[in-house]
Amino acid sequence: MTGLNNSRAASPDAITVTVAGLTRAFGDFRAVDGIDLSVLKGEVFGFLGPNGAGKSTTIRMLCGLLLPSAGSGTVGGFDIMTQTEEIKKNIGYMSQRFSLYDDLTVEENIDFFSGIYGVSGDKREERKEWVLSMAGIAGRRKVITRTMASGFKQRLALGCAVIHEPSIIFLDEPTSGVDPISRRRFWDLIYEMSSRGTTVFVTTHYLDEAEYCDRLALIYRGKIIAEGRPGTMKKEYMAKEVIEVAVGNVVEALEVLGREGFDVALFGNVIHATVDGAASAQPGIQKALEGAGITSTSIRTVRPSLEDVFVSLIEVS
Amino acid sequence: MNLNRIKAIAWKELIQIKRDPLSLALAFLMPVILLFIFGYAITVDVDRLKTVVYDRDMSSLSREIVRGLRESGYFTIVGYVDGPAAIDRAIDGSGARVAISIPEDFSKNARMGRQAGIQVIVDGSDSNTATIALGYLNAAMEMAAKRAGLGTISPPIDVRLRVWYNPELRSRNFIVPGLIAIIMTIIAALLTSLTIAREWERGTMEQLISTPLKPPELIIGKLIPYFVIGVIDTVMSIIIVVALFGVPLKGSVVLLLFISSLFLFGGLSLGILISILTKSQLAASQAAVISSYLPALLMSGFMFSIPNMPVPLQAITYLIPARYFVSSLKGIFLKANTADMLLTEMGLLALFGLIVFTVAVKKFKKRVA
Repeated sequence: MTGLNNSRAASPDAITVTVAGLTRAFGDFRAVDGIDLSVLKGEVFGFLGPNGAGKSTTIRMLCGLLLPSAGSGTVGGFDIMTQTEEIKKNIGYMSQRFSLYDDLTVEENIDFFSGIYGVSGDKREERKEWVLSMAGIAGRRKVITRTMASGFKQRLALGCAVIHEPSIIFLDEPTSGVDPISRRRFWDLIYEMSSRGTTVFVTTHYLDEAEYCDRLALIYRGKIIAEGRPGTMKKEYMAKEVIEVAVGNVVEALEVLGREGFDVALFGNVIHATVDGAASAQPGIQKALEGAGITSTSIRTVRPSLEDVFVSLIEVS
Repeated sequence: MNLNRIKAIAWKELIQIKRDPLSLALAFLMPVILLFIFGYAITVDVDRLKTVVYDRDMSSLSREIVRGLRESGYFTIVGYVDGPAAIDRAIDGSGARVAISIPEDFSKNARMGRQAGIQVIVDGSDSNTATIALGYLNAAMEMAAKRAGLGTISPPIDVRLRVWYNPELRSRNFIVPGLIAIIMTIIAALLTSLTIAREWERGTMEQLISTPLKPPELIIGKLIPYFVIGVIDTVMSIIIVVALFGVPLKGSVVLLLFISSLFLFGGLSLGILISILTKSQLAASQAAVISSYLPALLMSGFMFSIPNMPVPLQAITYLIPARYFVSSLKGIFLKANTADMLLTEMGLLALFGLIVFTVAVKKFKKRVA
């Protein structure tokens, strides 16, 4: 446990996870291809990317579940190549799949992970009560986990993964398949843990969640293509501007603008056109729509969202 | 090694077994069912053989012989026929296994002290039954002849067989104790073969291997509840064997349970090893049955006597733990063997268990790929 104490004693900006040239190949396929990363202590680090980009492979290498093919790095001060068992003592990990025993009750699951992580004595009861209240399931301790809604399961899984109060937690798409309210609640828990000094490394493909992170890295086809604070990324990586077009018939308008050579994407019930200069492009869009007999309710320049940033970044690469 | 972690695994496993009807059935119902199926189906004793009689002599002596056969219990006279063709029909068609043909001058020859022969036709398609039937038949005819006051047999050498250990030569006494070994082999390997694979399939293993849990802790924790089940199964089997099949248990129950425990340790560890290697429940259960049950059934000396096997096969039997368990079971049940007579068996069973357990621990990697 010395590693844990050392990192707690370190300055708030200390790096707690760092990798260089991290690579994992499966045969000829490089799932993760030479990535560099640094995560600061106590921050919420978002690891974004589409499915199959290499998010889970990376997180598994950081947690000591998968040996890297090449590269180096440390997690909580321990080497990811040689000290994986030391790493496992100091982290909490929540895998992509719901990973509790669904034939055990809530309480049995908590007790099991307490036993595995060596949480004992008074601490054991104290942590159990904490998990139950954190997950909002204090009245359901005898309920078989299988029968609970996925939001509750997710929070219980988080509770079990951090029952030993690790200094770093890795969450692999923790909110996939959970309703929006539970997702929001889950992020409140992530903030709460982060505010108490826990480092949170979280992967997601929900871009709205990415906005909640202190820092982000975008991984695409095994490579990191952008990194930074959400706000900075929007400025840095988005040289282009975004015009939002609201029309009655979105599908037709999308087709028309696409034909005219505009870089367009559907964004909820409106269209986002990514252009070099908004002022010069706006009349062209208007003209194209009118030419096709489509009346627009509004055409305006908007601040790019992270989704705009990522769509344009992914298109570039 | 951390006892709390072992305890956590064992307790979790026990709860899961308790809540899973299939596991429970496999653990407690299957051994009983297997014991009944095998116990009743596997018998090499021959009784109530369907027999037809073609009696051309029709004398009191010939009737005496037929009566003797019937009373022996080994033969059931299903009919009298009236010619060689009818004998053929009876054996080919109506299920008779034996036909007795008594010639018309049989009693006359016998009374005059001449050679008096009886023709016996046995359905040889089941050679085992045929051989045994012939033996019974000879004995039954001699008895009949004696009872009829003929005293035809006065051989110069009087051989008296005395069979030790199983005086009635009941094959059930000989087979059923070994059956415990076969059943425990299946149960042990099947029970544990699912346990690691299931966690991989359900995704819970990925969570487990991200914790500080060590491979021996996981494996010992998983072995404990199944070991308890295995011991309960053994006790159940012993009770059924003694109470229901009437096999006498002449040796020590404690010794029997101790050797069973050694065997269980190896069998359960083998299941775990298979589970670790396959990572899939279906593949694991199939591998478990093939790798444990078949060798145990064929090459443990349970069904086929090892000294009668070709030498290379005999050599292989030394590698099969069921061999040592079968001979221990037979020894304790029938011969009241004591611990000092079974030291080799115990040592080898323990050695097998330790080797398999060690390999399982070494093969279990806390990695996803």
